[in-house]
Amino acid sequence: MDIASAKLIGAGLAAIGCGAASAGVGYVFGSFLQSAIRNPAASDGQQGRLYIGFAAAELLGLMAFAVAMLILFAF
Amino acid sequence: MAAEGKIDPMHQFVIEPIFGSFGHNNPFVFTNSALWTLIVLGTIWLFMFGGMKRELIPGRWQVMVEGLIAFVDDMVNVSIGPEGKKFLPWVFTAFVFLLFANLIGNMPFGIVAPAHPFTITAQFTFTGVMSLITFAIVLGVGFYKHGLHFLSLFVPKDAPLAFKFVIAPIELISFLVRPFSLGLRPFIAMFAGHVLLDVFGNFVVEALNAHSAGGIGITILSMAFIMFVSMIELLVAAIQAYVFAILTSLYIGEAVNLH
Repeated sequence: MDIASAKLIGAGLAAIGCGAASAGVGYVFGSFLQSAIRNPAASDGQQGRLYIGFAAAELLGLMAFAVAMLILFAF
Repeated sequence: MAAEGKIDPMHQFVIEPIFGSFGHNNPFVFTNSALWTLIVLGTIWLFMFGGMKRELIPGRWQVMVEGLIAFVDDMVNVSIGPEGKKFLPWVFTAFVFLLFANLIGNMPFGIVAPAHPFTITAQFTFTGVMSLITFAIVLGVGFYKHGLHFLSLFVPKDAPLAFKFVIAPIELISFLVRPFSLGLRPFIAMFAGHVLLDVFGNFVVEALNAHSAGGIGITILSMAFIMFVSMIELLVAAIQAYVFAILTSLYIGEAVNLH
C-alpha cells in the first residue's frame, strides 16, 4: 500500500471519532431534556452546566476532526 | 481549483497580503486577516456605541446592548461570585469578539469574490492567544490572591491520603491541557464548518458543470445541505462564544475561590 492511500484510510478512521462524539453530545442533551421535563422550574438554572458538558463532549469529536485534517494536510 | 477536478477546502484559510507583500524588507504587511479583524472591531464598536446613550427609557438598540451585558454579567456572577465584577471586562470582551468574529465569518458576502469573508477565528493564533490571556489571568489572580496555596487547587479536600496522590497529578495534567483545549474549541468548530461549506459549495458547481439530470439532483441536494449547515453554523458560532465565555469565567472562578 502506498503512502497516499494509507493516508486516506487513516483520515477516514480518524473521522469515526466524530461520530462517537456526536453520540456523546446527544447523550448530554438527551439526559438534560429528560430531567428538565421532570422539573421544568429547575432547568433554567442548569443551562450553564449543560453547555459545559456539551463543550467537554464536543471537544473530543473536534479533536478527532483535527487529527483527520492533520493526517490529510500536514504530512 | 475546479479545473483540476480537485477540491481544495484549505485555500480559504490562507493569509494573503492585500497591500504590499511578505518580504524581508517589509515586516508590516496588511493582510486579509488584519482587514477582517478591523471590520469585526468596527462592527463591535458601532454596535456598542449605538447602545451607550444612557437614555432613561431605552430604545431597541440600547435594550439589545444592555441585554448582552446583563447576560454576561449574570454568567460571571454565577461562576465567580461577588468578586466577578472585576473580571467582567475580559469575559465580555472575549464573548463579544468571538461572537462577532464567528458571525461575520459566516456571512454570505462571497457572491462578490473580493468581499469573501475571512474567518479570523478559524485561525489558532486568535483563539490561542485569547485562551493564553485567560490563563495569564487565572495564574496571576491565583498566585496573587493565595500565594503558593493556589497549588492546593490540584488536591481534593476531603479525600483519603492515598487518593490524593493519585488525583493530584491527574488534576495537574488536566489544568495544563486547559489552555490548549480552550483555544482549540472555537478554532476547530469554525474551521470544520467552513471546510464542510466549502466542500459542498464545490459539489454544487461541479455537479452543475456535469450537465446531466443526476447533476441537477446533486446540485439541489447540496444546496439544501449548505442552507442547513449555514443555519447550524450560526448556532455553533453563538454556542462557541458562549462556551468560551462560561469556561473562562469558570476557570477564573476556580482561581478566585479555590474549590
